Amino acid sequence: MDISNYIYLSAILFTIGAIGVVVRRNAIVVFMCVELMLNAANLAFVTFSRINGNIDGQIASFFTMVVAACEVVVGLAIIVTMYRSRRSASVDDASLLKR
Amino acid sequence: MLNMSLHVGSTHTPEAVLFWAMAPLAVLAAVGMLLVKKAVHSALLLAWVMITLAIFYIAQDALFLGIVQVVVYTGAVMMLFLFILMLVGVDSSDSLVENIKGQRPAAILAALGFGGLLTSLIGRAVTHTDAVGLSLVNTNGNVQTIAQSLFTQYVWAFEVISALLITAALGAMVLAHSERKHASQRQLSVDRFRQASLGATAGLPASGVYARHNAVDVPALLPDGTPALTSISPTLEARGDIIASEPFTLAATEEEED
Repeated sequence: MDISNYIYLSAILFTIGAIGVVVRRNAIVVFMCVELMLNAANLAFVTFSRINGNIDGQIASFFTMVVAACEVVVGLAIIVTMYRSRRSASVDDASLLKR
Repeated sequence: MLNMSLHVGSTHTPEAVLFWAMAPLAVLAAVGMLLVKKAVHSALLLAWVMITLAIFYIAQDALFLGIVQVVVYTGAVMMLFLFILMLVGVDSSDSLVENIKGQRPAAILAALGFGGLLTSLIGRAVTHTDAVGLSLVNTNGNVQTIAQSLFTQYVWAFEVISALLITAALGAMVLAHSERKHASQRQLSVDRFRQASLGATAGLPASGVYARHNAVDVPALLPDGTPALTSISPTLEARGDIIASEPFTLAATEEEED
């Protein structure tokens, strides 16, 4: 098996995550799809680290995980605040700027 | 000529078996994440994808990241997701109303085009020579190698990211904090004395007090022997669970004055 298969898997997962971000309406599911994209990028990092025989890819992946954790904390707090004021977690409802 | 191609090697058979067993399952779970209606099911499928990726990390000589993936992602992050899901409401499923006409097919088409582009790009970029592998780098152990790199070359980024973590925690606290308008004890007591009647100033009478039965469903008796209906919880009254208080009414006694 080629090691490149890992990169293909990463690309497929990233694409699925991207579809989810634009298609789903529930803010939490959209957020989970962003997490999927970040995970796919991490897989690519780890695979590149192995291909190049260099630990830097794993370090980048580690930093991505930390940033993802921060992002989840702040994003979910925003979703909770949004839900409190609108009683809905749908991204379509947050369209106050449109009018 | 500039050679921009990736040098990619092949793996041993056990890893191939692992990959072909787990990767289709991961892709299926990811697709299922898009298709299921309930957000909780999406979260569980995402947890499965993350566990699969953790196994792949460990298979690719990234032991530390594999463990961190399980602890941080499937442990902490998915836990947080489920927590918020329970808070916001498990039934908050997607609306199927399209606000922008044709957005869904266009989005799927664009994303599939993007995926095709990405895949074909990878297909053109890889060449099939041997991967270097991490066995040489990891001679002192994976964790030790990462630690050495993290605390020498990347120490500045490490410090900055710790600042980011603290900022994120503070930001979440600020965002999730809500001011509740609780009346103070002083305000409550002032309100009690300013109401229309001073009858309940000292609080409502307790049920069963001075009655023949000491039970919550028996109204208290007022000094003149009449039942005090305010002593019974309105819930019991609404349910009709009150015992009729007439039998317990004291007979009015004649008071004689000297």
